[in-house]
Amino acid sequence: MERNPIRRQLAIMRQSLFDQGHVDEQFVQLEELQDDANPNFVEEVVTLYYRDSARIILNIEQALERKPFDFGKLDAYMHQFKGSSSSIGAKKVKAESTLFRECCKSGNGEGCMRSFQQLKKEYATLRKKFGAYFQLARQAGPVETASRPK
Amino acid sequence: MTVEQIVSEGKDQFPIGMRVLAVDDDPTCLLLLGTLLRRCQYHVTTTSQAKTALKMLRENKNKFDLVISDVHMPDMDGFKLLEHVGLEMDLPVIMLSANGDTKLVMKGITHGACDYLLKPVRIEELQNIWQHVVRRKKKDRCNSGSKDKPHPDSGEDAGIGNVDNNGKLNKKRKDQNEDEDDERDENGHDNEDPSAQKKPRVVWSVELHRKFVAAVNQLGIDKAVPKKILELMNVEKLTRENVASHLQKFRLYLKRISCVANQQANMAAALGTADSAYLRMGSLNGLGNFHTLAGSDQLHNAAFRSFPPSGVLGRLNTPAGLGIRGLPSPGTIQLGHVQNSGNPTNDLSKLQSFVPGNHNTNILQGMPMSLELDRLQHNKSVGHIGELPTTDSTTVFPGSGSLVDARITGFSNNPLLGVTSNSLMLEGSSQQATSHTSVSAIGFQNGNALSDFTLIAPASNQLQDSKADSQGQASLINCNAGQIIRSAPQEWNAPRKDAPYQSHALINSSIPINSAMIQLGQCLDRNNSIFHRTTDLDSVGPLNFVDPLSIKHSEGDNYIMEPSVIEKEGYLMFQPRPHGSHVPDNTGSLKDLASAMMKQEDDFGCNGYSLRTSI
Repeated sequence: MERNPIRRQLAIMRQSLFDQGHVDEQFVQLEELQDDANPNFVEEVVTLYYRDSARIILNIEQALERKPFDFGKLDAYMHQFKGSSSSIGAKKVKAESTLFRECCKSGNGEGCMRSFQQLKKEYATLRKKFGAYFQLARQAGPVETASRPK
Repeated sequence: MTVEQIVSEGKDQFPIGMRVLAVDDDPTCLLLLGTLLRRCQYHVTTTSQAKTALKMLRENKNKFDLVISDVHMPDMDGFKLLEHVGLEMDLPVIMLSANGDTKLVMKGITHGACDYLLKPVRIEELQNIWQHVVRRKKKDRCNSGSKDKPHPDSGEDAGIGNVDNNGKLNKKRKDQNEDEDDERDENGHDNEDPSAQKKPRVVWSVELHRKFVAAVNQLGIDKAVPKKILELMNVEKLTRENVASHLQKFRLYLKRISCVANQQANMAAALGTADSAYLRMGSLNGLGNFHTLAGSDQLHNAAFRSFPPSGVLGRLNTPAGLGIRGLPSPGTIQLGHVQNSGNPTNDLSKLQSFVPGNHNTNILQGMPMSLELDRLQHNKSVGHIGELPTTDSTTVFPGSGSLVDARITGFSNNPLLGVTSNSLMLEGSSQQATSHTSVSAIGFQNGNALSDFTLIAPASNQLQDSKADSQGQASLINCNAGQIIRSAPQEWNAPRKDAPYQSHALINSSIPINSAMIQLGQCLDRNNSIFHRTTDLDSVGPLNFVDPLSIKHSEGDNYIMEPSVIEKEGYLMFQPRPHGSHVPDNTGSLKDLASAMMKQEDDFGCNGYSLRTSI
């Protein structure tokens, strides 16, 4: 356990991200890539993700406003989104993307809309959590992360 | 780092500093990938644009050892990039995607990818990618070295002769070569001949390929031996060896195409192909039809036969990276795979086999062809246009997809496999049912930048112009493989999965018995046009080779290369998909060739035979 209270809190926060299913093993991979040469790697990637994926979310929203739905396009967007999300280990978001894609494949417009709403919620929740997490992390200073010997 | 270096220094050093080019439009993924690769101690260059990547690669072919690319990219389809790289630079390419569908993976393989990774990528997976570089270098060395050695079955030298035998033999030879190589390598890496050293690669440009195809046509696929081809081509600095390897690839490509056609056609089975050889390829699911391709017809026989079944697959075999290895012949497998119902791409590959009627739905999407094909099949074994390795779902003709796939696979790994599925896609007029001549467009791509798809027009092209208009003759259409491939890959990835592309691709219909080869021609000329243009790869058959004959752009959708493979004489006729997919008229050089052949193309709209490549 970290002696430093901030670090301790950080560890707790981190653990809860996993426990609550917001992030998965892939997130650990990101953390492992963070080192002295790359001290803020995780935050950089996540920030980049949110910036880039916002664009995709917007595209999807616009596409959902056009009826009838172009499922092919929606699926393509979501595929892209899913790829990014899985790269940072955003578990719930990724799961929701899969559902959305299934709805697209079966032509279920209603399902798509619902799934998308849910996805946006998860996406926003995670963003908040990450925000708090990284803010704390910056306060805590460089954290030693365990890395597996390569 | 050259292989020699590797060998001498031992493999320990090698993976370190390996130069990788990473391409992914998603910045998050790209950043992650780049970081992971650096962590593996590779030397990494990243770019989010496929075009930029190509530019970098072209600037200096020796700048990179390996390319990793995402499949879905906005500016260029990953498969297309794959094709280009395979053809022009012959570098190992690894595909990356969040989508792990078997079909897509298959497509990657048929297009020649060394490996297919799923996102999110883990570092463990990246730590082993260097093996692809070594493997390829070894293979290259072997191939160059082996050329000088008498082969038990020297496809290229023997001429098309026994296509079937060649196919088999080639496969064996390839295996033998590999074995030999292993031994040689183990012996301290002494090059059997100076050529084992990395030699400057000959880039088979469209123009060059066209000459090549013209020469082959002139000589007759049976009689085309490297020496004579070389003489006819009259190109400076081209060696017999270069021609030989190119020819080998071409044959493979043809075979692959024919195989694909076989696949397509369940009909193929009905056709009762003559070539069991092709069938061999067959691990294809249900393909069996390949041999139908092999058909009796001269052309196909000649053309297709020449490609050893393994040829197409050969590529797959060698590169391996993918698990496909298990497939008996990569090419064939692909075809088999085509089975997907409704998978357009698959259809294409199937189409290759001549689009037997049943696949029509898939491939041609509505092309009535099947019947025709059957008929044709029987008549000729439309057979195997090379074994189209397009087993990949995409390979199925459905539009560019299948052909392209076939193609792609062809080259990336095996230099031999020139046969790119793409090339074959002759789009016959899908609509045309009946009587269309089978277009045997065999575009084949060499890994070595064989970008041309050349249609091997069997000598007997009897194009039935009457009906088909389209391609009556299968003329060798030189499609620049590169080009085609390029286009193809693009197409392939078309996310449009729903595109019905597939159907067209093959055979729509009337497989003109006479028809001669379909000129793929087009395909090559236009890079993109050929295959990809069609919006959906799906629809566009794999090879959107633009058959010079009928390349017509169907407006709207990307060109449909629907290769309506009509096997008449064994040519694959690709019926162009009339709808939507438009076949780009790439016909550049090919067109000239093809134009002669295909006449009517316009009539059909998509032109039955011509590969429509939409640019």
